[in-house]
Amino acid sequence: MDIKLQQVSYAYAQGTPFEKRALFDVDFDIPSHTYQAIIGHTGSGKSTILQHFNALLRPTSGEVHIGDRLIVAGKKAKDLKAVRQKVGIVFQFPEHQLFEETVLKDIMFGPMNFGVSEEEAKARARQLVSLVGLPDNVLEKSPFDLSGGQMRRVAIAGVLAMDPEVIVLDEPTAGLDPRGQKEIMDMFYQLHQERHLTTILVTHSMEDAARYADNIVIMHEGKNVLSGTPRVIFKDVATLKNFRLEPPRIVRFQHKIEHMMGHPLSKVCLTEEELAAEIAQVLREERAES
Amino acid sequence: MPEILSLNNVTFSYTPEDQNSRNAVDNVSFAVEEGEWIAIVGHNGSGKSTIAKLMNGLLFPQQGDVRVLREPLCEENLWESRSLMGMVFQNPDNQFVGATVQDDVAFALENNGIPFEDMVKRVHDALEQVKMNQFLDHEPHHLSGGQKQRVAIAGALALKPKLLILDEATSMLDPQGRAEVLQTVQTLRAETGLTVLSITHDLEEAMLADRVLFMNDGKKFAEGTPAEIFALGDKLVEFGLDLPFALKLSKLLQKEGVPLMGQHMSEEELVNDLWTSNFNK
Repeated sequence: MDIKLQQVSYAYAQGTPFEKRALFDVDFDIPSHTYQAIIGHTGSGKSTILQHFNALLRPTSGEVHIGDRLIVAGKKAKDLKAVRQKVGIVFQFPEHQLFEETVLKDIMFGPMNFGVSEEEAKARARQLVSLVGLPDNVLEKSPFDLSGGQMRRVAIAGVLAMDPEVIVLDEPTAGLDPRGQKEIMDMFYQLHQERHLTTILVTHSMEDAARYADNIVIMHEGKNVLSGTPRVIFKDVATLKNFRLEPPRIVRFQHKIEHMMGHPLSKVCLTEEELAAEIAQVLREERAES
Repeated sequence: MPEILSLNNVTFSYTPEDQNSRNAVDNVSFAVEEGEWIAIVGHNGSGKSTIAKLMNGLLFPQQGDVRVLREPLCEENLWESRSLMGMVFQNPDNQFVGATVQDDVAFALENNGIPFEDMVKRVHDALEQVKMNQFLDHEPHHLSGGQKQRVAIAGALALKPKLLILDEATSMLDPQGRAEVLQTVQTLRAETGLTVLSITHDLEEAMLADRVLFMNDGKKFAEGTPAEIFALGDKLVEFGLDLPFALKLSKLLQKEGVPLMGQHMSEEELVNDLWTSNFNK
């Protein structure tokens, strides 16, 4: 399911003395089955834009295409349920939204709201609990007796239970320990591939954007200012600086290596594994020459 | 060095009546001495935050005791003990009470009955220490995350604490905000000799400390200098943490068959080794 934003502007508290514009003529396409990262400094409009992806916010001017639905400024959109089912948002600290007596009921709540039968919702909950890496016996526990990391996983299972085609992640690993961060990010990547999802990751982590995304969009002062593959985006350090961003640590380290060697490597490396392999390759070539 | 705070064989369970449940903190002992920077690292649920709550008397241990300036912490000296410890929490948006930056820093002083003239000076001094004195009349919600945490640190400093406790204080910040806060703490330490205890799972933050406590499943698994702790290597990963960047890359390079003299903690050491072992030949 494609999502298209055309000339989208958004102002909070429009028509009041507190009016504050957050988006200015934003134009971009998110093609089906791609993994997009949206990065930008705090206050760049990332969180405002993500709420347009399932019509939680309507643009104050411009239009948003979500699959075959069109959301236009100034027109009340009816029956957005289908849109909300297809585009699942995992907000920051989603565990704050848990409320049911048991984990099972909490995960079933979303799908049953969208008309899924009780048996089907139960089946989904059972399957998802193991998918997000929790033991079966949590299903009958109160979500509030779980640890923070486990609660996060239950909340994520609740979004996945609606069987969305597009999944929007807003800083999904904030506050988790390093292993938890890696497990959650790897899980989303696996889901992205297995279920052919469209994934949109809103993040401060340049490392995650580099490792997982097909394409990166940079937001700056309410506008989308740059878009490209991670290798292209992270190549131009000067431009990133203008947007108050830094390349991932691995790219900064690559610059130090290049400085030491006196010549650049053949490509921008996006992960530690890639850089180690690239350095080994250069050394083999140098040895072969000498 | 005089001891500021210590935990002595402290055990705490949230469900003491349940024999089968694991203790959140299990027989943990350590001491914080004046002028030190101690980091407590560990996975989610390893007992780090419970330790913080035990230190300032939000929780009391079932076994062992917590001593503040060598006095066991109890109901009678609770408030006095708390005033010696300034705490900065994880979420910068949850700890603001004042309508402006200076009101916010003044809040705790007012609660402690500090005279007005003294209060004004302390607020200004504290904000100057974190380099936020240009923002006296700003509204807190217009600040960046890093700026908010610096104001929170000023709020703690204004009370002239013996110990500054950072409970995952940088985990919700963007990379710039994190760097800003850590820089502020480093400068404070250099200028005032402030004692710092930071609870974190960011290993780069832990590397700044003099001493690191490594928690796993409620127990103290290891204690030592950052170099000693990071030498544990794969144990860190096994217990939910990660390897420091340069160490991870050293291992990957060696796996790729690149000869190195050792595994390195800092980027500079790794670059130097790569140069001497490989390129400068």
